[in-house]
Amino acid sequence: MVELATNIFDAPGSEPATAALKAESRHLNFHYGAFHALKDISLPVHDHSITALIGPSGCGKSTFLRCFNRMHDLYPGNRYQGEIVLYPDNVDILAPSVDPIEVRMRISMVFQKPNPFPKSIFENVAYGLKVRGITQRDLVETKVEQALRGAALWNEVKDRLNELAGNLSGGQQQRLCIARALAIDPELILFDEPTSALDPIATASIEELMLELKEQVAILIVTHNMQQAARVSDHTAFLYMGEVIEFNDTKKLFTMPDKKQTEDYITGRFG
Amino acid sequence: MTPAPTADLRKLIARHRLWERVFTIVGLIALLIGLLVLLGLFTQLAVTGAPRLTPEFFTSFPSRIAEKAGILSAWVGSLLVMLVTACSAIPLGVAAGVYLEEYAPKNWLTAIIEINVMNLAGVPSIIYGLLALGLFVYQFGFGQSILSAGLTLALLILPIVIVATREALRAVPGIIREAAYALGATRWQMVSHHVVPYSAGGILTGVIIGLSRAIGETAPIITIGALTFIAFLPTPPVTGEFPFLSFQWLKDPFTVLPIQMFNWTSRPEEAFQLNAAAAGVVLLVMTLAMNALAIWLRYRIRRKIKW
Repeated sequence: MVELATNIFDAPGSEPATAALKAESRHLNFHYGAFHALKDISLPVHDHSITALIGPSGCGKSTFLRCFNRMHDLYPGNRYQGEIVLYPDNVDILAPSVDPIEVRMRISMVFQKPNPFPKSIFENVAYGLKVRGITQRDLVETKVEQALRGAALWNEVKDRLNELAGNLSGGQQQRLCIARALAIDPELILFDEPTSALDPIATASIEELMLELKEQVAILIVTHNMQQAARVSDHTAFLYMGEVIEFNDTKKLFTMPDKKQTEDYITGRFG
Repeated sequence: MTPAPTADLRKLIARHRLWERVFTIVGLIALLIGLLVLLGLFTQLAVTGAPRLTPEFFTSFPSRIAEKAGILSAWVGSLLVMLVTACSAIPLGVAAGVYLEEYAPKNWLTAIIEINVMNLAGVPSIIYGLLALGLFVYQFGFGQSILSAGLTLALLILPIVIVATREALRAVPGIIREAAYALGATRWQMVSHHVVPYSAGGILTGVIIGLSRAIGETAPIITIGALTFIAFLPTPPVTGEFPFLSFQWLKDPFTVLPIQMFNWTSRPEEAFQLNAAAAGVVLLVMTLAMNALAIWLRYRIRRKIKW
């Protein structure tokens, strides 16, 4: 499945935009202490498209996602092997020489539960800019507005940017977190089950938003909800016990999966 | 098995209810014993001391004549000692707490340090007084001064501030830390922009509770040799000439409220007991006011924070 990706990598720029790669994991292994959580994972992440990771709880999909912004570096006892190559720079973001902070400034993340800072709406969105040392007031204001528009939240909050983010509804808070992730102009956004704490209406709006966002950035999403993967993603990877069982076009994976195990999972026979 | 008849069930419930009522009454009595005793003590103190609580009491130096004696040097001394204590205990305690909680690797060495910080909070205060006598008064040559006293009390409350800081920091959810990291924040940015401001309420509460403990401490201050009869004020910290600030007061001899009280209670004349009671009321009110401030600040800061 991954051969297709490697070909494109060999001739960058010569392929149609839809097939361009944003990132690619190559033989990625990950250990939490003695626990071998990810086993030899090789997966492409296409630019301007949504790649979904599905699988039962504990299959390693969140662990895999969190490799992309080196979140595991924050905790002792974690170990990576293999590479995650980011294009077009062609750098291995797991290399010890690469500063995880630089990686996180380029690849942003939206978490499972909305986690706005207990600060104002404005300060929340502007925080990534503050970390980057951008202080010109008008530039920050422009960026914040763009990000809030990008997250389809501007109209709801434009008159109360100085209010506390905690006063927003759950769905609004999650869109605020998306705006916060957008404000730093990321190349790739990681979504870790972004709608698991939301009601169906808020979920629908987040899904719609993701479809709009993929015009600008690459999206990698972990979801425990197979319907969600089928609705929004272009490619889907099915993980089980730390291994990739199948990676395919979403349509193909959900209608005619290559592997028996995938079929069993998506038809609800296990997991 | 046949179900128990309704009458039996009702009897059972009535018996359970009885125990509930018994405990409610026992608990209430236990609470009242504690409260009433304290209230009684405080009322007695207030009634005894009330006649002496005149404006002159606050503006007079101690005197051999009980009716003319006041607490001017004592409350100024207490205030200045607390200033030194706060200025040294807050930065040291908060920095140590932040380091232990956010920076220190989790291993056996930090575990031992953790346990011992807790133990330090239980060390009798007179031990701190002895330590300070050797270290600050003689070794560093600060003398029997406001500086020595302030630093001694700072040592005394340092464990309280450290423990309160750590507990406040621990209350900030990991998901908020991760949100900051995910945007490219360094550990220092995460700590200084987020974790410390969000836990400021808890930290402040710890600091003020520490200070209100320090303000009533007598033993360590006596150990380092505070005078009990001071009929002058320390050098004023603000001066008429450039640079307008003077730190001479740090080296001045002093007394504090609890020592003044102790001095008066040890006098044989009845009239001085009234003075002691009045000084006690002042000390109590100061302590209660500080605790009230802690509660108010915590409320103000926490109101903004919802996880």
